[in-house]
Amino acid sequence: MSGATLITERSWGEGDQEFRASLGMWVFLATEILFFGGLFLAYAELRSQNVEAFDEAGKHANFFFGTLNTILLITSSFMMTIALVCSDKGDRSLLRAMLLVTLALGVGFLLCKGLEYRSDLQEHLGPGRNFPVRLPAAQAFFAMYWAMTGLHAVHLTVGLGVVGRVWLIARRPVWPENFHRTLHVSALYWHLIDVIWMMLYSIFYLVGRAT
Amino acid sequence: MTDATFDAVPERSSSAPSYLEDGHTVASWLFTTDHKRIAILYAAGITFFFFIGGAAATLMRLELVTPYANFLSPDEYNRLFTLHGVIMVWFFLIPSIPAVMGNFLLPLMIGARDVAFPRLNLVSWYVYIFGGIVTLYSLVAGGVDTGWTFYTPFSTMFSNSHVLAAAAGIFIAGFSTIATGVNFITTVHTERTEGMTWFRLPLFVWAMYATSIVMVLATPVLAASLLMIVCERLFHLPIFNPDTGGDPLLFQHLFWFYSHPAVYIMILPAMGVVSEIIACFARRQIFGYRFMVYAMIAIAGIGFFVWGHHMFVAGSSNYANLVFSLLSFIVAVPSAIKVFNWTASLYRGRITFEAPMLYALGFVGLFTVGGLTGLFLAMIPIDVHVTDTYFVIAHFHYIMVGGSVSAFFGGLHYWWPKVTGRLYHEGFARFAAILMFFGFNFTFFPQFIMGYAGMPRRYEVYPPVFQIYHVMSSAGASVLAVAYLMPLFYLGWSLLHGERSPPNPWRATGLEWQTSSPPPKQNFLVPPRVAHGPYRYHAEQDPSDLAEIDSGR
Repeated sequence: MSGATLITERSWGEGDQEFRASLGMWVFLATEILFFGGLFLAYAELRSQNVEAFDEAGKHANFFFGTLNTILLITSSFMMTIALVCSDKGDRSLLRAMLLVTLALGVGFLLCKGLEYRSDLQEHLGPGRNFPVRLPAAQAFFAMYWAMTGLHAVHLTVGLGVVGRVWLIARRPVWPENFHRTLHVSALYWHLIDVIWMMLYSIFYLVGRAT
Repeated sequence: MTDATFDAVPERSSSAPSYLEDGHTVASWLFTTDHKRIAILYAAGITFFFFIGGAAATLMRLELVTPYANFLSPDEYNRLFTLHGVIMVWFFLIPSIPAVMGNFLLPLMIGARDVAFPRLNLVSWYVYIFGGIVTLYSLVAGGVDTGWTFYTPFSTMFSNSHVLAAAAGIFIAGFSTIATGVNFITTVHTERTEGMTWFRLPLFVWAMYATSIVMVLATPVLAASLLMIVCERLFHLPIFNPDTGGDPLLFQHLFWFYSHPAVYIMILPAMGVVSEIIACFARRQIFGYRFMVYAMIAIAGIGFFVWGHHMFVAGSSNYANLVFSLLSFIVAVPSAIKVFNWTASLYRGRITFEAPMLYALGFVGLFTVGGLTGLFLAMIPIDVHVTDTYFVIAHFHYIMVGGSVSAFFGGLHYWWPKVTGRLYHEGFARFAAILMFFGFNFTFFPQFIMGYAGMPRRYEVYPPVFQIYHVMSSAGASVLAVAYLMPLFYLGWSLLHGERSPPNPWRATGLEWQTSSPPPKQNFLVPPRVAHGPYRYHAEQDPSDLAEIDSGR
């Protein structure tokens, strides 16, 4: 923008960087939705063919860990939103604290998930013999359960890296010019992980519980 | 208003070092974020994969000369056609025009310095190469025998070949496609120069935009279906196994939800290239510019809802088949609009037949044949008759090779002076273009006939009655191979010894021609300002008034 580097009459503007970054992220989020969308479609199709088995299998999903994880992740998204507000208001110390809490809740989610996986395997809900549900099609339910929650956990791990990076930048004494932009697009990604978990929670932990 | 296409003045080549002169070390290429250099990196990648995929096709065509197995076992033959499909689709065709020409031209055409995310652009190339290496590993390790379609339950439960490595390689390459799509969409939205409104965009830019939408929305579904294959093969999660509630057909639905739109990832960029070339060498505006834009958007959109026509014989319900048949007819409408508009653009044009124009005209003809036979395949009774025959093979090669590859070579010649700053030998180039057209038809037209007569695809041993067609096809393939190899030589020679090119050797409109050849690193020394729509090859009312542009620059 400074006229010192270019002698020409017209020079290159920087454009609206905030818009550019968030547009790029939104388009990327669209790909993520389609990615999970393929798996959601698979779940829906398999369930439509095996309703009884899916209802039966759903009772074996660990309701306690699923609900606890939902609470952890919603809270983490809330903390992330507070961090965004802090960035607008310039409250740096609270912002750092909120990012740290977000990270802690994310790590807590993964720990819970690990404990849940362990208990699932102890109940032989993984692939292999001694599957506890009588209906064979219940295995399809758990196939989708492992695939989708596993993929979600991978996304959450990436999300921890993304938010961790923002936190590291936020700890610097002087913030780079583009800090708010970085925070904003990272928050978008984190919220997506949260939204996808909401769906997973309803299709794996709530299905079949009403009866 | 009628006296200049753009207000920007072409710059002297001497006023800034070109992007090729900006650093000569290997690192200056491998760590560049310049979209033009990344395009060259991609060009090297796809050329490598094109010849690997081509070598597989050559071996198959050699084997098919006789009805008996000669030097390949049936299993080796299966692995060859899988290799040919996987490499050509994901490592040549999909990145070919978008990642090479799109990368090079998109910022130039909209008057930008670079794409929106230059570092992401470089990362996408590394991801592509990494995916390619993983896929090549599966080939070296022994190959894959499922066909490029990876149908379950064969790919998940029975095949003992390297399905996992191939699936992983394609999965990884998908990230590269998505990164390119995200980058292009954002670039078109945010990087257009002053005065470059949406309806002043060249059709190539619109084609890239439409293609990017398909890339971004379709590729992740392929990733999901490959992920499920990996889950079942590696972790024994029974998603496609009907014994435990799974559904093998589910894979076909997800796969074709990607792979049909993927055809449009291959053909839409080709349509963009051809629109630029035809306007330039007919010295005419594109007829119905807006309808060309709407047609591309319509193809990109409707293309998502026709996948069921790949599954007419898979046991889908009659109602589903009827709907998919109807939608497949509907998607042909915008394609036909484009063919008519290209033809109408030639009307009263001052047509010259340089090599790019020969390729472009070849494209229109071959795409029309491919498109019309696509309508045959959209009719359920005919599709049932020719499913899994060479008719299908011929149809999609007319689209992908006759269409996309012709347009790729057309664009390569058209923008060669811009990219390299050198002119190529026009005589050799025209000869190669004509040879490619005849070689192509010689190779694939007999396949329509033998396919209709019942020759199934994916067999190396066949009834002797089909031999005459196979011999014709193999003979044509050797002509085609010569036509593909020729540009390596005369373009290679041009690169080293070719005559220097002026900024605008074709006297074309379009911002990319308003800067030096090759362009400087930042593309334009001054941000260009656009005052008109594209393709102002003549005055609005009087096509004979070509004086201004033809006076030459």
